[in-house]
Amino acid sequence: MTSAENLQAFKRDGRIVVVGASLAGLRAAEALRTEGFTGSLTMIGDESGEPYDRPPLSKQVLTGWVPADGTTLPRRRDVDAEWLLGVPAGGLDLATNRVRLTDGREIPFDRVLISTGVRARPWFVESEAALEGVFVVRTREHAEGLQRALSAGPSRVLVIGAGFTGSEIASICRERDIPVTVAELAPAPLVGALGAMIGEVASDLQRAHGVDLRCGVKVTRLEGDAQGRFRRAHFDDGSTIDADVAVVALGGIRNTDWLTGSGLAAGPWGIACDTGCRALTLDGLVTDDVFAAGDVARCPNPVYEYRLISLEHWANAVEQAEIAAHNMVSGQADRWPHLSLPVFWSIQFGVNIKSVGVPTFADEVVVAQGSVADRRFVAAYGYQGRVTAAVSFNNAKWLDHYRQLIETAAPFPPPCPTPDQPADMKPVPVDFPGPQLLAQGATVVVTGHDPGERRVTAAQQHHR
Amino acid sequence: MTTTRTPDTLRRILDYSSRADPYPLYAELRRTPVARQEDGSYVVSTYRALMDLLHDPHLSSDVRNLSRPMEAAESRTTPPFINMDPPEHDRLRRMAMRHFGPPHTPGLVAGMEGDLTATVSGLIDGFAGREEIDIVDDFAYPFPVTVICHLLGVPREDEPRFRVWVNDIVDSIDYDPRTDPKEKLDKGVQARVDLHRYLGGLLEQRHGRPGGEDLLSRLANDDGPDGRMTDEEIVATANLLLIAGHETTVNLITNGMLTLLRHPQVLRRLRDEPDLVVPLVEELLRYEPPVHIIPWRAAYSDITVDGTVIPKGSQIMLMLASGSRDPDRFHDPDRFDPDRRDNQHLGFGSGIHLCFGGPLARLEAQIALTGLVRRLDHPRLAADPPPYRRSPVLRGPIHLNVQQGQGAQ
Ligand SMILES: Cc1cc2nc3c(=O)[nH]c(=O)nc-3n(C[C@H](O)[C@H](O)[C@H](O)COP(=O)(O)OP(=O)(O)OC[C@H]3O[C@@H](n4cnc5c(N)ncnc54)[C@H](O)[C@@H]3O)c2cc1C
Ligand code: HEM
Repeated sequence: MTSAENLQAFKRDGRIVVVGASLAGLRAAEALRTEGFTGSLTMIGDESGEPYDRPPLSKQVLTGWVPADGTTLPRRRDVDAEWLLGVPAGGLDLATNRVRLTDGREIPFDRVLISTGVRARPWFVESEAALEGVFVVRTREHAEGLQRALSAGPSRVLVIGAGFTGSEIASICRERDIPVTVAELAPAPLVGALGAMIGEVASDLQRAHGVDLRCGVKVTRLEGDAQGRFRRAHFDDGSTIDADVAVVALGGIRNTDWLTGSGLAAGPWGIACDTGCRALTLDGLVTDDVFAAGDVARCPNPVYEYRLISLEHWANAVEQAEIAAHNMVSGQADRWPHLSLPVFWSIQFGVNIKSVGVPTFADEVVVAQGSVADRRFVAAYGYQGRVTAAVSFNNAKWLDHYRQLIETAAPFPPPCPTPDQPADMKPVPVDFPGPQLLAQGATVVVTGHDPGERRVTAAQQHHR
Repeated sequence: MTTTRTPDTLRRILDYSSRADPYPLYAELRRTPVARQEDGSYVVSTYRALMDLLHDPHLSSDVRNLSRPMEAAESRTTPPFINMDPPEHDRLRRMAMRHFGPPHTPGLVAGMEGDLTATVSGLIDGFAGREEIDIVDDFAYPFPVTVICHLLGVPREDEPRFRVWVNDIVDSIDYDPRTDPKEKLDKGVQARVDLHRYLGGLLEQRHGRPGGEDLLSRLANDDGPDGRMTDEEIVATANLLLIAGHETTVNLITNGMLTLLRHPQVLRRLRDEPDLVVPLVEELLRYEPPVHIIPWRAAYSDITVDGTVIPKGSQIMLMLASGSRDPDRFHDPDRFDPDRRDNQHLGFGSGIHLCFGGPLARLEAQIALTGLVRRLDHPRLAADPPPYRRSPVLRGPIHLNVQQGQGAQ
């Protein structure tokens, strides 16, 4: 696409393929049409139904308030696309510009958007994962199964992993008056995302709601009975717990396996992109016809020293989809960068948690407003003396102000007092558990010597 | 930062002679988004600066944080939560909101639709055979007053008594010691005391009688997670709702009818497309809002907004109506366009003090305007512009005479 004429021709009757037909894929398709793209649009998705929303799957769906098939995403407009659902894409050939489906079909494109998201990290022993009563929660089928199991009145639920999804599920169990044990390797819930200080608040919150919270322990084995039903879990400290349901909430794995060999910078970290959602090649060069958006994308953010950041946030998926769609049908000079700050929300134990910015990009944290004891506060995160993120518990109305502090690199800790400020406002170290990705070993190797020869190749991927 | 022009601009805005059309003066004001006045106070007039401030936790609604305390009309009574900061503001607002909307009392406002429609019909029935109607006295005033009295549990027949008090209080909101007679303030202070005593009397009768549907009964017997309000707090809250719940809505309905009569093509469309009323009321809240100014806020500590540092203790005046006409935020802002999209106006304020009665006010205005355009027969303005109330803060016509019927044409 060099000239304006080419661009017009592409907008009129080019071919765009979207791989991954969920939130990011659907919103991108809608935005492409709104941008005036009238060519052919193909949506490839391995799930068979209409695109649906995931946040309710660990919330309203599990209480039974909303049926699992009731979270279909509202359509903003007609997308007039060909939907190839129920079959996954198995490969991407950038020499011939084709997406290969696992049933052998090949779909040609001029431009492609990759929005294959994340899948749930399964329990590491396959036979134990297959026990009846062991769940993960990523899809509507998962949520439906778990909701049924919860309605059956289990004697106890074990939640493995106290990140946001695990904590939300534990909260639902308590709401439904089901005994629940939460096992977390880190010293507290939510520490991986929000650090030790908030982790401590989250611990108190869970215990106050009657959760049997066990931190610093690892579940080593899931034991079933003769009928193949989950019955008992073993911990690394030798203890055990009896339960009928185990929810494995150990985070996600980015769906990039199908891109192995494509030459794109795709791996467990996601697909590296520029701020315009254009994918990079393994060598780190920017492509022009391959875009990525949503949970699978890994984009640089100038506010955070241009580091590449992957997010599993709803709003990020929508924003990137719109940016990617715009850039897919625009010339170089009219491209938009995706520069907005990440926002995230969660509801658990009666608390509305919301964040802005990247809390892991911080060395200190301070309660800037409100009261931790009342569970109504805003905590500000700082990195080397500037504000980089904020998290609110039942106090979301203030977050716009913190967004502005982040965007203007305002000093940390915020120097000016506010009316509702804790008396002992003192920053503490943010204290995140060590970088987990380092444990996964090298993902690429660099070869060659002359500048014209240097290349990156993917390293053998070790499955854990 | 400081200009010599803007202080004059503000004075001209506050002067009664610009009441009918303050908008060109707002445009002048916006040239200096954050303007320091000679007396050390600040006037903020652009959409962005207003939004930033309304979401800034350093902005205080508590008079005690002004370095030069105003002669506040509230001084002799407990302030209502609109004049408080967190955490007290949040607690009291939460406790009041429990009885007013979701999540604890969902459907309250939607459930009133039938009653509201009946009240509107009843009032319009009274216009039959009349050639000239005062939209204010005959309609826009009695309607929301009936509604808020019913909600609160205040006897409608007491209206002549509290109307005087409410008028005196509203008059004193924008009291300016440099230009206004002291009497104006004193009347406001006395009216507040009288209204408090009156509401206190009503509250007295509610104690120990749980089960009452009205807000006074519910507040008097509440056992929510935040406990119960003190009597002083209940009276202050009821006082706030009574005032906020009708002066503003009167202006919205009246401004609405005035704007429709000035845009006959929109009026005709509204007759044929009843659903238009929803975006139309939003556009009214932007284009002719009932609340033009938040007269004061206090800088709790130094606040930086739009590159200007407002020192701690300063008084800050927020020109909401100017922000809603800011061309940097709204395309063609001086055009009344009910089809406008992305209409995030400042009509109900923003941030933690965002109007608590917004859903009710919207529904009242929607039902009122729908009823008027459907049933008035060839309505025409008797005078344009109509006479306005004195207040530059709660701005609206004091009378809006409308002629109807073929004969008069
Ligand atoms: C239980 C749960 C609760 C959540 N709660 C919140 C919340 O409270 N707040 C928040 O901000 N975010 C929340 N999220 C995250 C949010 O849902 C995600 O950010 C969002 O779904 C990302 O959308 P996406 O389109 O990028 O990816 P996905 O929704 O993961 O969609 C990817 C799609 O691609 C398909 N796919 C994968 N591989 C292939 C292939 N090879 N070929 C074809 N199709 C493929 C997948 O099956 C899927 O349909 C939650 C997520 C979950 C699971
Ligand atoms: C068209 C009608 C109305 C308009 C334009 C309006 C406008 C406003 C505005 C601008 C504010 C913010 C004030 C500030 O930030 O200091 C506000 C606050 C408030 N309004 Fe309204 N209002 C209307 C109707 C109502 C009604 C019907 C009620 C009650 C039933 C009501 C109750 C309140 C209350 C209690 C507050 C204070 C909220 C707080 O401090 O948290 N208003 N209103």
